[in-house]
Amino acid sequence: MSLQFNNEQMTEFKRLVAHYPVGKQKSALLPALNLAQDSFGGWLPTEAMDYVASLLKIEPIEVYEVATFYSMYNLKPVGKFVFEVCQTGPCMISGSDNIIAYIQKQLAIQPGETTKDGIFTLKLVECLGACGYAPMMQVGKIYREHLTKDKVDAIIEEYRMQVAAQN
Amino acid sequence: MGVKLLLEKANVPGIRTYDVYRREGGYAAAEKALKEMSIESIVEEVKKSGLRGRGGAGFPAGMKWSFIAKPEGVPRHLVCNADESEPGTFKDRYLMEFLPHLLIEGLLISSYALGSNDTYIYIRGEYAWVAQILEDAIIEATKNGWLGKNILGTGFDCMIHVHRGAGAYICGEETALIESLEGKRGNPRIKPPFPAIQGLWMRPTVVNNVETLAAVVPIIKMGGEEYAKIGVGRSTGTKLISACGNINKPGVYEIDMTISVEDFIYSDEYCGGIANGKKLKACIPGGSSVPILPANLLLKTAKGETRYMNYESLSDGGFATGSMMGSGGFIILDEDQCIVKNTLTLARFYRHESCGQCSPCREGTGWMEKILQKIELGKGESSDIDLLWDIQRKIEGNTICPLGDAAAWPVAAAIRHFRDEFEWHINNRALSQTSNFGLQHYADPIHVPA
Repeated sequence: MSLQFNNEQMTEFKRLVAHYPVGKQKSALLPALNLAQDSFGGWLPTEAMDYVASLLKIEPIEVYEVATFYSMYNLKPVGKFVFEVCQTGPCMISGSDNIIAYIQKQLAIQPGETTKDGIFTLKLVECLGACGYAPMMQVGKIYREHLTKDKVDAIIEEYRMQVAAQN
Repeated sequence: MGVKLLLEKANVPGIRTYDVYRREGGYAAAEKALKEMSIESIVEEVKKSGLRGRGGAGFPAGMKWSFIAKPEGVPRHLVCNADESEPGTFKDRYLMEFLPHLLIEGLLISSYALGSNDTYIYIRGEYAWVAQILEDAIIEATKNGWLGKNILGTGFDCMIHVHRGAGAYICGEETALIESLEGKRGNPRIKPPFPAIQGLWMRPTVVNNVETLAAVVPIIKMGGEEYAKIGVGRSTGTKLISACGNINKPGVYEIDMTISVEDFIYSDEYCGGIANGKKLKACIPGGSSVPILPANLLLKTAKGETRYMNYESLSDGGFATGSMMGSGGFIILDEDQCIVKNTLTLARFYRHESCGQCSPCREGTGWMEKILQKIELGKGESSDIDLLWDIQRKIEGNTICPLGDAAAWPVAAAIRHFRDEFEWHINNRALSQTSNFGLQHYADPIHVPA
């Protein structure tokens, strides 16, 4: 199998499993999939799910049924930065429609799509628990809140610079 | 200024760290509970306090604790529900982000009272940085002897584990949360057996909300009777309210449940009035699943009495003219907001979050979203309103878990109180997207901006 955790990731995996009693290692499935997704390019190819199944000593189907249930698991490749914009009631009444339309225009993609350069993916999501700081989106592990058009421009620029710096 | 029991120290610089929290009197309640109190007396104080579950259902916490089975040789577990996902609700996030040690202290006392040696915090996956804050606080607490083996020489062992979910509203329902904690899809279980008898790994389990467990700290500190003196009637103690929508000061506020809804919205100490000089149209006072109320029924009950921010007053009038305290997610809609569109986003939310086990919820939530979408897009027919009503009636009460009810109530209340706005959309198809029904007779009768 070519997909494997490196040493650091394996240490983290073992730390996650140690939270549960012996024989109840399946409980670590969600945290282990979070780790796998972070480790293998932001999404879960079948190979990654099978790998997690083998580590937890459970059947691959037990992983697939979980991976398809929870909204944070990406089952298709995504861009380096995924803009997950909240569209539920409290964000909607605070103007999320305009922000979503603006991001679509600036990145020239529709929800669910990735930019041609592979940097950005736009996803519309349901309530992220930031209703008082709306409109907002999640990017990776952080929340970007109180969004305005200017702020969206600055965020896009910030991530483009990050990618340019890495190349 | 109302009484602050939870957020009193939230603004102390560095309160997130162990040293500052301890210096400010932190862990004194844990010390008192573990060293001076019996397990029975801790449970008794929580019962006396009248503390009601802060996650939304409002079930008395002490009573829930007393149901836990204690079979010989079987481990018991306390699980902290930090899967905060009810639209409009962001109070637990605030508490965990700024006062992680308050939650850990509450968890320690509660774990001791319930005999849980391994306690789990199930936190929604999106709150990744909050999970890290909790992990860091747990390491600090362990280093200082508040977690681990033989805590304070009592012989009690306790470890707290942070478990990150992966995006599913349904995991806020306690049996779905347990399934998820076992590494499965978040499908709610049929009750009975209740978690108190067979929960996590079929062991006796208590699941409590973050705020509920944090409230155990002031209860132990001041005693249940003193705690019960704050507030009014069966709404004892303080409640965190996360206020959002079209107000001047969105945020998390701690209230003592004696304040009127009007004062809460208009006073500068809390919401600071409606934003941009607009008029108040409607409010969803307890998270997206509770009934929406037009301004006139929000500020005063149908009997014409002042409505207060507590369990009894917010539900005065039942669903006909009242709502619920719920999770404390307080969503304000101003005169520019469209009730049909707002209801549509909530219907979409519940369709997205339905786990799919029960047909009425799986199918019904999708139908409601489609019909609302049709009305919003200017393609509605006059029979659609009654059809929506019929569908929500057939979901409510016909599902394993309360998500079905939670999906039905917002639609029912929107039709009940704003039927003419739905009719306007249907009768003015061409206008339904370009203009708005607006305020009409739904204005707040008390506060009229100049």
